[in-house]
Amino acid sequence: MNISRRQMLILLPAAAVAWESVLAGTPESSPNYKMTDHWWSMLIDISKCIGCGNCVRACQAENDVPDGFFRTWVERYHVTDWHLENPEVISPDGGKEGFPSVTEDDNGKYFFVPKLCNHCADSPCTQVCPVGATFISPDGVVLIDQTYCLGCAYCVQACPYGCRYIHPQKKVADKCTLCYHRITKGLTTACCEACPTGARQLADLKNPKDPIHEFLRTHNVQILKPQMATGAKVFYNDLDGSVR
Amino acid sequence: MTTGVEGYMYPNEITLYWSVLIVLYPYITGLVAGAFILASLERVFRVDAIKPTYRLALLTALAFLVVAPLPLQLHLGHPERSFEMYFTPHRTSAMAMFGFVYLWYLMAVLTVEIWLDYRRDIVVMAQSSSGLKRWIYQVLTLGSHNISERALAIDERVGWLITLIGIPSAFLLHGYVGFIFGSIKANPWWSSPLMPVVFIFSAMVSGIAAVMLLYMLIMRLRREKIDMLCMDTIASYLFYIFIIDFSLEMLDLIHRIYEADESFRTLNFMVHTKLYFSQIVLQIFVGTLTPIVLLALTQVLKLPEIARKRIYTVAGCLTLIGIFAMRWNVVIGGQLFSKSFLGYTTYKMALATREGLLMSIALTILPLFILWVLVKLLPPWPEKVQSGTSAASAAN
Repeated sequence: MNISRRQMLILLPAAAVAWESVLAGTPESSPNYKMTDHWWSMLIDISKCIGCGNCVRACQAENDVPDGFFRTWVERYHVTDWHLENPEVISPDGGKEGFPSVTEDDNGKYFFVPKLCNHCADSPCTQVCPVGATFISPDGVVLIDQTYCLGCAYCVQACPYGCRYIHPQKKVADKCTLCYHRITKGLTTACCEACPTGARQLADLKNPKDPIHEFLRTHNVQILKPQMATGAKVFYNDLDGSVR
Repeated sequence: MTTGVEGYMYPNEITLYWSVLIVLYPYITGLVAGAFILASLERVFRVDAIKPTYRLALLTALAFLVVAPLPLQLHLGHPERSFEMYFTPHRTSAMAMFGFVYLWYLMAVLTVEIWLDYRRDIVVMAQSSSGLKRWIYQVLTLGSHNISERALAIDERVGWLITLIGIPSAFLLHGYVGFIFGSIKANPWWSSPLMPVVFIFSAMVSGIAAVMLLYMLIMRLRREKIDMLCMDTIASYLFYIFIIDFSLEMLDLIHRIYEADESFRTLNFMVHTKLYFSQIVLQIFVGTLTPIVLLALTQVLKLPEIARKRIYTVAGCLTLIGIFAMRWNVVIGGQLFSKSFLGYTTYKMALATREGLLMSIALTILPLFILWVLVKLLPPWPEKVQSGTSAASAAN
């Protein structure tokens, strides 16, 4: 094939642009992983969480989360008698170093609630992104292309759960990726792995053998803020009505 | 890290991401939309009384419109990527439409209308001036030197059509800004279908007040007589639109109080504490009720000219303060409370940073400077037009 100099001048930059887009669209290689075979979620058993903060520390170490910001955090609720609308909630440094001890004469109940991105199926954060830098992957994980994000923070405003922040150094939106780099290699998330009581379980809703199906059938499970209709995929067992 | 926090905030909520620059953005676009709608009244509805402010209103709209994207750019974490909004807009995002609405309004409406309206003057000035000025006017003619009766009649008709398109465009520009906030279901302080409508009416109020003040100020600086019929007419528009605006805001407030949904106690507490000064004092009493009462006086009583001038000046200034406070309360207020409804954070404005106080002052002054240049370049005054006409006839 004879290509003239003129055609070459047109073709070369076009090929360079095409190659760049191919590279940009290539996910981290995981040869045996097929995205369409999975639909990821997480199961959190409130009755098992002891508020040790292992998950928060593991997440920070695994994902290089900046100080003062959280991809996951743990809240401690204190509810007295019937005051469901006025729980006393604390999360000192995201619960990273655990919680202050409770004096014995305190009345009411205490429990811990681990939080993370709900990887919503109808996520308001991906809806509002002006350039589509944040999106839901075919396997149900809400991700951010940080090389594309403008850092406008509209998604931070749109998330009803407070799961997003602007990374103070990178100046782009940041949040839980459900340890996408791990789960696509057959591993579980850093927080699930570090949990000493098994309160956090990664679950694949598309895998019929995943124990989550049996669990969901036999337990009273709730999602956070169901009235927001976000299709949240983090399921909570034993969730108290005071949690928001 | 937790200073300024009362109660419980989700840990990522402690930092506010939409700063005073995002307060300026709807404030500036509101002035644009309001000024343009005022100009359109004269053009489309033939309200001759406000003719003296027609061109000034258009130039004011342009001066502020040029600055409107700057606070957004300065606020972005990566401003160098903002062009992606044009090339790969996300169709479900309200914000993605900003670039297109803005460009449409700037390029297809405002500049075309101003150019058509000034075309004859530009051609005349290109002939009568010399040096750099002549060169600038030559460029501004865009090669169109025909100022025959027929050509001017076509200009007039096309200009009228553009204004007709411009009115819904101005509504779109600012109603859309309201939609950016009103469509966020996660935030009960913002989420309201009334938000775009309130934004449009408050925009008209602020734009009309700004043009009224600028006209009086410029006339004073030029030591010329203020056209009081024009001012009285504009003030009456300001008064009636203000009443609609205030009624809408009260409707929103009454609805919230009566419905008292899960967010009400939190928001109510916020209005009575953190937003007390900016909302109750500045926005409602100083910036809305006082100017409405002052303007009502001019409608009911037969006041002497000097009293009316003073009232218009005071009412105009208070209106601009009130509308700024309204934008502040929407943008900053919407981020002060936790989406858990259990606590509050504090906004600490920086001084000399990219999103600080000095930058916002500079961005407020910049449109006035641009307006000064525009007024020098394209004088909106009748005598200039007349002298232009005589020069044109001399040239012919």
